[in-house]
Amino acid sequence: MTAESIRVRGLVQGVGFRPTVWRLARACGLSGDVRNDGEGVLIRVCRSDDGDDPGVSGFLERLREECPPLARIDSIERSPIADVQELAHLAQRQDFVILESAATAVHTGIVADAATCAACVAEIRDPADRRYRYPFTNCTHCGPRLSIVAGIPYDRARTSMAAFPMCPDCAAEYKDPADRRFHAQPNACPVCGPKVWLQDAAGHLLDPTAFGAEDAIAAASRLLTEGRILAIKGIGGFHLACDATNPDAVAELRRRKRRYAKPLALMVRDLDVIQGYCRVTGREAAVLAGPGAPIVLLERGGADRGGTSVDDAMAFDGFRCALPKLESGHPSGGDGFRCALPELGLEHPSGEDGFRCALPILRDGAGALRPLAADVAPGQTTLGVMLPYSPIHHLLLTDWDRPLVMTSGNLSEEPQCIDNADALGRLGQLADVLLLHDRAIINRVDDSVVRVMAGQPRLLRRARGYAPTPLPLPPGFEDAPPLLALGGELKNTFCLVRDGQAILSQHLGDLEDAKTAREYERTLALYLDLFQVVPEALAVDLHPDYRSSLIGRDRVARDGLPLIGVQHHHAHLASTLADNGWPLDAGPVLGILLDGLGYGSDGTLWGGECLLGDYLDFKRIAHLKPVAMPGGTRAILEPWRNLYAHLESAGGWAAWRARFDGLEPIERLDAKPLGILSTLIARGLNAPLSSSAGRLFDAVASALGVGGEVLTYEGQAAIALESLASVAMDRVGDGYPFGRSTGPTGEVLDPAPLWEHLLADLSRGRPPEEIAAAFHVGLATALGTLTLDLASRHGISTVALSGGVFQNRLLLESVTSGLEAAGLRVLLQRQVPANDGGLSLGQAAVAAARVLM
Amino acid sequence: MSHGSGGRAMAQLIGELFQRYLDHELLTLGNDQALFTPPPGRLVMSTDGHVISPLFFPGGDIGSLAVHGTINDVAMSGARPLYLAAGFILEEGFPLGDLARIVESMAQAANAAGVPVVTGDTKVVERGKGDGVFITTTGIGVVPEGILISGDRAEPGDVILVSGSMGDHGVAILSKRENLGFETEIRSDSAALHELVAAMIAAVPDIHCLRDPTRGGLATTLNELAHQSGVGMQIREDAIPVRSEVAAACELLGLDPLYVANEGKLIAICPPDQAERLLAAMRAHPLGAESAIIGEVVEDPHRFVQMETGFGGSRIVDWLAGEQLPRIC
Ligand SMILES: [Fe+3]
Ligand SMILES: [Mg+2]
Ligand SMILES: [Zn+2]
Ligand SMILES: [Zn+2]
Repeated sequence: MTAESIRVRGLVQGVGFRPTVWRLARACGLSGDVRNDGEGVLIRVCRSDDGDDPGVSGFLERLREECPPLARIDSIERSPIADVQELAHLAQRQDFVILESAATAVHTGIVADAATCAACVAEIRDPADRRYRYPFTNCTHCGPRLSIVAGIPYDRARTSMAAFPMCPDCAAEYKDPADRRFHAQPNACPVCGPKVWLQDAAGHLLDPTAFGAEDAIAAASRLLTEGRILAIKGIGGFHLACDATNPDAVAELRRRKRRYAKPLALMVRDLDVIQGYCRVTGREAAVLAGPGAPIVLLERGGADRGGTSVDDAMAFDGFRCALPKLESGHPSGGDGFRCALPELGLEHPSGEDGFRCALPILRDGAGALRPLAADVAPGQTTLGVMLPYSPIHHLLLTDWDRPLVMTSGNLSEEPQCIDNADALGRLGQLADVLLLHDRAIINRVDDSVVRVMAGQPRLLRRARGYAPTPLPLPPGFEDAPPLLALGGELKNTFCLVRDGQAILSQHLGDLEDAKTAREYERTLALYLDLFQVVPEALAVDLHPDYRSSLIGRDRVARDGLPLIGVQHHHAHLASTLADNGWPLDAGPVLGILLDGLGYGSDGTLWGGECLLGDYLDFKRIAHLKPVAMPGGTRAILEPWRNLYAHLESAGGWAAWRARFDGLEPIERLDAKPLGILSTLIARGLNAPLSSSAGRLFDAVASALGVGGEVLTYEGQAAIALESLASVAMDRVGDGYPFGRSTGPTGEVLDPAPLWEHLLADLSRGRPPEEIAAAFHVGLATALGTLTLDLASRHGISTVALSGGVFQNRLLLESVTSGLEAAGLRVLLQRQVPANDGGLSLGQAAVAAARVLM
Repeated sequence: MSHGSGGRAMAQLIGELFQRYLDHELLTLGNDQALFTPPPGRLVMSTDGHVISPLFFPGGDIGSLAVHGTINDVAMSGARPLYLAAGFILEEGFPLGDLARIVESMAQAANAAGVPVVTGDTKVVERGKGDGVFITTTGIGVVPEGILISGDRAEPGDVILVSGSMGDHGVAILSKRENLGFETEIRSDSAALHELVAAMIAAVPDIHCLRDPTRGGLATTLNELAHQSGVGMQIREDAIPVRSEVAAACELLGLDPLYVANEGKLIAICPPDQAERLLAAMRAHPLGAESAIIGEVVEDPHRFVQMETGFGGSRIVDWLAGEQLPRIC
């Protein structure tokens, strides 16, 4: 007899990998064993002496094919076992067995929370099943993980399931390798597991039968139908929910939550229902239905095409039609839905660019599809939509053929609630009724957000369903020492490096918020424990006032570790490289990094940067022309300040005012206290110069009067501008021009020339969506030309695009396709956000490179 | 005005000027020092260099500011200020008329406060080596028996009070210096606070901390106190008095009034059961008429100063490395 050992690396722990190995090995008639150890999974199999045994190869082939849904095999290495004692030991095995984990440095297999699998959904829908309508049904292939774990090793005793000892039935499943629930730590059933209940804000329990419902979740569903607002405890936090088609409920939710503008996320029962409201591509459908179950930003379409100004002109009873051809069967006013175009004396726009009329969908029955309340996502051409991802949601949405608003359970700006008492205190005022349960959420894990752009799903917020899954670092980083990168200020994540892998925390949020800052430190301690990392160096942003940088500086002062400062945009660049597996020694690329702002290595504020660099270092070779931000942070909140500053920078306000006297934005600016702003700019008084691309978008949005006078969320003006431009991108031809010059800090891209064209177009009455599109096209063209020049000058063939501004699909796709058409390779963020949520990965990669080289 | 030893005529002029306005007997004696017998009690001493542009501003000038600033620093220990010393550094060519105005204002401030300037010195530096005039004042005072006020005494549960609106001085200075021309003229709050302090101590002897939120404003001073005492602080945005014209100016300038300097306000921290009494005593004094309870001291290993915002959120009010620099990406 001979034997071989098979080393499997990847995401193979805590995901039902060993039972799969066990099942397949037995099916293939192999004897031997399987266990977890510090490097992954180790399989040992015996075989007969005569050469290559097809049994083992066949087994491995099936293992790859039938890899459990949450597992990922990175590599399989086979080697013969020579040790005589070991051989003798194995020879005694008649069977194939699962061994307990080896005690050496076990990597604990803390994986991401996963959406309820199809098998579990089938059980909760089956009246004959013992888990019928049981809201905490899960198995090895699905259910909570990160959100319930408090320590290692990952077993039930160190999760919030510790409070629920398994009943004999559950325990039997847990112990049986042939069962889907083998070693499923949160395994539970109605006999032994957590329970849900309804209560009102005063804390009184509500009896579901009083609502004529069979249980609390059915009662909750009924309350939502009646237009009530519910707080719902889920996997990693609370949601506030209401009927998304009920304008009063949505308005009331916004009022209570004090969230007046930011779009609200939706949860929808299934893809069919989504398709009534959005256009869903195959790729988007796959992401929606995957185990991550993120919020996916979808283009509006279907029945409820939402509004840009083209559509706004056609608005009628809150409903829009953009049909190429009227089809028969438009109901006339039955439900208040009529095609608005004939009323307005307008032709239906023709063309194949995606305009569809919603009304035919109504043919199948009046009221079958109701339009969303207008202020679910005001001024947006996209909707954030997710599918149910826990049994609670599946049961809640059973009867819903229209979307529910499912927004994070908090007041604006705060982190969402995770515990019942906190929820009663904070959400009691926001919700009419609370749907609670007694399984504690140990770690807040927000909903992730994905947008499919340039052909790939790209994370905009990486949290539930994704974190803390390790990301393999590119070749060359294998020997990186343990490191900790502390991230940015807003949309913060931190990142640990261990064994050639980067472990990013879930999205933690805005560190100016006190609760978030505390949670940050607690989560950091948890991750260091869960992943057994003792950092040998820390990486922070250069900004002197980022809380993450303060924490980093405090820690190194205490622990005597080296502190590595990483420039903000260099971190964005390195994040893109690491995200794409760019090897450590693969040489420099050209990074186009566009964002709101980051602290530059020269002490000024950057945000529209072209860096030539690798992991180790960079050189700033081009940037947008620095323009003042009069009023500092205030200029970030009030886009009109940037419009003024840009006009001032592009030849002087007085000249523009004289030239475009009477034009709306000029009049609007003229009514502002510009004298004081001009003093701020002239004296450099709280008017820092910044090469920010975000502020340029703000200025253009302000010129068009979109995005609001005072912003209430990050990126608001830029998003409004993108929405506006999205309907006119193909019909504007050449975009607005930018200027170019060479200065001491490299090439300077100057937006000044665009203002002449933009204001002239505006005064000529060119539709604002065309102006917005001409700006996008112009910027993409200018960036493309600049990049091509620089690439050829520096002999570079690869370009990396990152920074929060590249969450703009139009810009990302135009720049990418332009560069690719010219033969360049373009790297984009995918697994981590292009916004500051991806900074920590870049900081970690830069720090690792500096330590290694 | 010329400088150095050659400027004997000038020195005489200045001498006369000081004699005329700062006419305390100890000063007019003409000695190089002031000699006095201290009253019983613990002595406190504080010194402060005053450098400000513009020298004259709504609500005061560098002279009155130099008196108030040092009196306040002495008084924040709970002391009764006794005497001041003043050192002038004048730039050659500084207009004598302006100097006279400053010295006169200084004298008036000291007289009104009842804290005389009893010794002083003047130097003249070459043109270009100074900025008009710098004044350093030193104060000495005596702390009454049984009073122990110190920045390290804040305890969880204690209540935090302020004596009035925040940010007036800094905005007044800025708007005058840059000629910003706000609709309403904003005046500096520059004032001597020792009598207010005396009234507070009389009502509540067990005040734990007093400090005047000068440079860096309320936010910075609370962070200093939190750090010194090893505690956190929880304040409420709605409770912090800020004049509407100051708030409007700050919004326009993009400044946070909590980081803007004051020269006539104090922060007091006292045990919770004394807070109402202290508040009443403060409000009874003209310089504390707009006093308010703004929050509590809390236990917090992070020593955060955090503020409940108008929206119900809770923001960390940080210690800034330098100017107020935007952080939003
Ligand atoms: Fe950024
Ligand atoms: Mg001082
Ligand atoms: Zn399952
Ligand atoms: Zn059970």
